[in-house]
Amino acid sequence: MKRLLVRLMVLALLLPALIACGGTPATPPAAAPAAEEAPAEEAPAAEEAAPAASGEPFRVAVVMPSSTTDLAWSQAMYDALRAIQEEMGGEAAMEISFSESMFNVTDAAAALRDYATDGNNLVIAHGTQYGTSLFEVARDFPETSFAWGTAIDTGEAEGLTNIFAYNAKAAEGGYINGVIAALLSQDDVIGIIGPVEAGDAKDYIDGFENGVLATKPDASVQKTYTGSFGDTALAAEAANVQIEAGADVLTGSAQQVVGAIGVAQENNVLWLGTQSSQASLAPELVVATQLYDWSGVVGDMIGKIQSGELGGTAYELTLENGGLKIEFNTEYDLPAEVQTAAEEAIQAVQSGEIDPLAGS
Amino acid sequence: MDELFTTATIVGILSSAVRLATPYLYAAIGETLAQRSGVLNLGVDGIMLMGAFSAFYVVYNTENLLTGLLAAAGVGLLMGLLMAVASVTMKAEQGISGIGLYLFGLGLSSLLFRIMLGTVESVDGFPRLNIPLLSDIPLLGEIFFNHSILVYGAFLLVPLTAFLLNRTTWGLNIRAVGNNPQAADALGVNVQAIRYATVCAGGMLAGIGGAALSISALNIFQENLTNGLGFIAVALVYFGGWRPVGVLLGVLLFSFVNSLQLWLQVIGIDIPSDIAVMLPYILTIIVVSIPFRRGSEPAALTRPFSRGA
Repeated sequence: MKRLLVRLMVLALLLPALIACGGTPATPPAAAPAAEEAPAEEAPAAEEAAPAASGEPFRVAVVMPSSTTDLAWSQAMYDALRAIQEEMGGEAAMEISFSESMFNVTDAAAALRDYATDGNNLVIAHGTQYGTSLFEVARDFPETSFAWGTAIDTGEAEGLTNIFAYNAKAAEGGYINGVIAALLSQDDVIGIIGPVEAGDAKDYIDGFENGVLATKPDASVQKTYTGSFGDTALAAEAANVQIEAGADVLTGSAQQVVGAIGVAQENNVLWLGTQSSQASLAPELVVATQLYDWSGVVGDMIGKIQSGELGGTAYELTLENGGLKIEFNTEYDLPAEVQTAAEEAIQAVQSGEIDPLAGS
Repeated sequence: MDELFTTATIVGILSSAVRLATPYLYAAIGETLAQRSGVLNLGVDGIMLMGAFSAFYVVYNTENLLTGLLAAAGVGLLMGLLMAVASVTMKAEQGISGIGLYLFGLGLSSLLFRIMLGTVESVDGFPRLNIPLLSDIPLLGEIFFNHSILVYGAFLLVPLTAFLLNRTTWGLNIRAVGNNPQAADALGVNVQAIRYATVCAGGMLAGIGGAALSISALNIFQENLTNGLGFIAVALVYFGGWRPVGVLLGVLLFSFVNSLQLWLQVIGIDIPSDIAVMLPYILTIIVVSIPFRRGSEPAALTRPFSRGA
């Protein structure tokens, strides 16, 4: 009896965890009958979104390493999917399923396989770390389309034709943020708080450093890596250390930076963001954010899938194609000459006149 | 390398070690209490998350820091009570029920965050509080007496707990229950009551440890804010040989190396960042494997007590 009670308790304890960690379908099952009426109602939308023609919504599933509200990496993708859904005509035209906080790659691999088995049209593995798993699953489901990033490998060399890859040229916005940081810094000491020295985070940081040094060659750029994407407490302490070591403008990458922004706010130090808009967190101090807008990329994938092309394209977000945008925080009073310098730098990067990764 | 040995850098390293140590101290001292009475609570991280969320949510809505702190303590106590019911009354396997409690805290805090806040927000947390006179002491003042009140609280906890455990009847009872519950029971000590008290107190401290993150060190709440910090706290209890002062040394060593590696990177000392971030963990492993006199494990740790068993 007692043993049974204990088991029940453990089950009860686990329940909310399962609810929060497990896949949360954004569309309730009740949407299915509505989909049958869709062709009549959604006729105008059918031109741009073909699956509505068959009456079935286009189904996208995404597995991501942090939460959809992380103000960074995962939120950027989730917001993009929501925007596409809106454009295609709501839940009747496009269904989104997602699994978030999948920092464990084994769990993520299981989720990817489940989503493929479940008949999704496009399964997105939103993290470089999921690549190996994704390739295995993609081989078993040749009729399903897959995407992953940041990456440039579509698996063509291995004979796979159903994988899209996407990458963000984070160095571009990093360069612009670096230019702005250099111009705003009074003591010419600028701090960077990174996760691990890899992927788009490293790209962003290298670009940022180049931007600073191109503007003020004598400025000092202090870099700290925390060794984790989610160690908010260590990122906050890294910000403390940066400030004590003299930095008066900070930037950083990955979902852990919210901790650093909190510290920046406490110390009245300016912040430059990347990935998702972080202005809401410290409206007076976030100067500008490089935004990742994946909606163009994913929209294009959906178009290709509808015309029968299941993969093979490697996408890249750039300032030039609008996938990267620099969002100036309207609540921050940016001096006009800094704004002008930033805009000139944007044009120079767009035209290819400046290579943000030159020399690194 | 010269830059490392300037006064400013050394003060900086030590003062950030003190800040980093704070949440670990609350959690590890609370865990020490529970383990000394024979209960291994692996749910510390989950309790910290719930404490962090409660404190943040209350401060976000009322802007009253004290209420937020009390909320964290209360929620932590309730989570401790849950653990006590499972492991003391129900006699559940402590490792399993602790992991259950952790997942419960992780899941529930994420769920509540999603429903009640929706996105990362910030609050004005506990400000730095310079202690008059003491903070004017050169160097030491800057290192130890220039922090928020929760930092001081964490360090005060160490002598208080040491006194409680070693110099009071309560402490004697706690140790007796953790080492030989049968004998303690025969002498009229209420084993279950003592274990309930220590696990609840440990939960309360873990809750406050969470608040030390969300309304003092970071002033934000995010899903999985602790990032496994509670588990390191449990390891530090073993490291410290179940003695508050030993735990303090372990926490300080871990935080010191962590802050040292942050400073090494900022100063631009040329070691790969991957190596730098490994340092605290490598050092912990080395120290744990050096055989020196540590306190011994409470003999009845993880063993539920039944009279006559």
